[in-house]
Amino acid sequence: MKAPVDLVIAGQIFTSRLFVGTGKFASPEVMAKAVEASGTELVTVALRRVDVHAPDDRTLSALDFSRYRLLPNTSGARDADEAVRIAKLSRAACKTNWVKLEVTPDPNYLLPDPVETLRAAEQLVKLGFVVLPYINADPVVAKRLAEVGCATVMPLAAPIGSNRGLQTRDQLRIIIEQATVPVVVDAGLGMPSHAAEALELGADAVLVNTAIAIAHDPVRMALAFKAAVQAAELARQAGAGDQSAYARASSPLTGFLGVEA
Amino acid sequence: MQILVNGDSVEVASGLSLLALLERIGKPSAHVAVEYNGDILERDGFAAVTLRENDRLEIVHFVGGG
Repeated sequence: MKAPVDLVIAGQIFTSRLFVGTGKFASPEVMAKAVEASGTELVTVALRRVDVHAPDDRTLSALDFSRYRLLPNTSGARDADEAVRIAKLSRAACKTNWVKLEVTPDPNYLLPDPVETLRAAEQLVKLGFVVLPYINADPVVAKRLAEVGCATVMPLAAPIGSNRGLQTRDQLRIIIEQATVPVVVDAGLGMPSHAAEALELGADAVLVNTAIAIAHDPVRMALAFKAAVQAAELARQAGAGDQSAYARASSPLTGFLGVEA
Repeated sequence: MQILVNGDSVEVASGLSLLALLERIGKPSAHVAVEYNGDILERDGFAAVTLRENDRLEIVHFVGGG
């Protein structure tokens, strides 16, 4: 058996390899219960303007912030300057220097802009942030971001919220092979099997939001993702056998009935 | 006097403190950040700010997100 290996990001140890987003849930109470059921130690949140005429947004009201590492994202940023501004405001709002860097100028596919993401990452690292950038599954971009001091890379499996699974499998494999920082597969994981597959490929963790939030029973789906992530982790420790192009019989090839000696 | 809050023009009494404005709109403290005329304020600085005509404020908070 391979020994369990801790996931460590910027010095913090995570025992759960499932990170959870807090958007799109039907109610604050369901969100808090699903987050708890998932066993996660890290949740993402978004920063938005307070509606002065209706300031009581309750989406996070049921969440006990003290129980989770909070990871504010820079969603809505269209370029590096906007992302840095949002990150600074997030740091002022919650006293964490961790940030999920997202720069997504394209409204249809919400694909991350690699040039602006790299620019923002360089600035944020210099400002003392722990930067976890959301990227396309591009091994070169992943390498560049690690080189400028990002704490992880977070390549997408498929477009945000699409639930389509590991469409970027071959690129993810290269990112994982070359990684010098933890790889968190983010976006597009629609089923627990997708999360397990990402971890079986060698990813260090997965981030799931939509698949849990829009399930008919989000709490049960959170449990399903937790089980899948644990299954993949157990399999990694167990060590999988080799693949083969040909059949390798599981039953003895001798002593068949009716065969002349 | 008029100030600009999150892009909207708002009428407030002159001499109002930032903290009093936040209380008035129901967002007194936790997990709110304020950008005041382009500068991000630390939370313990809210009480010291007295609003002036044409001040520009961005008041933000956390919501659910992925």
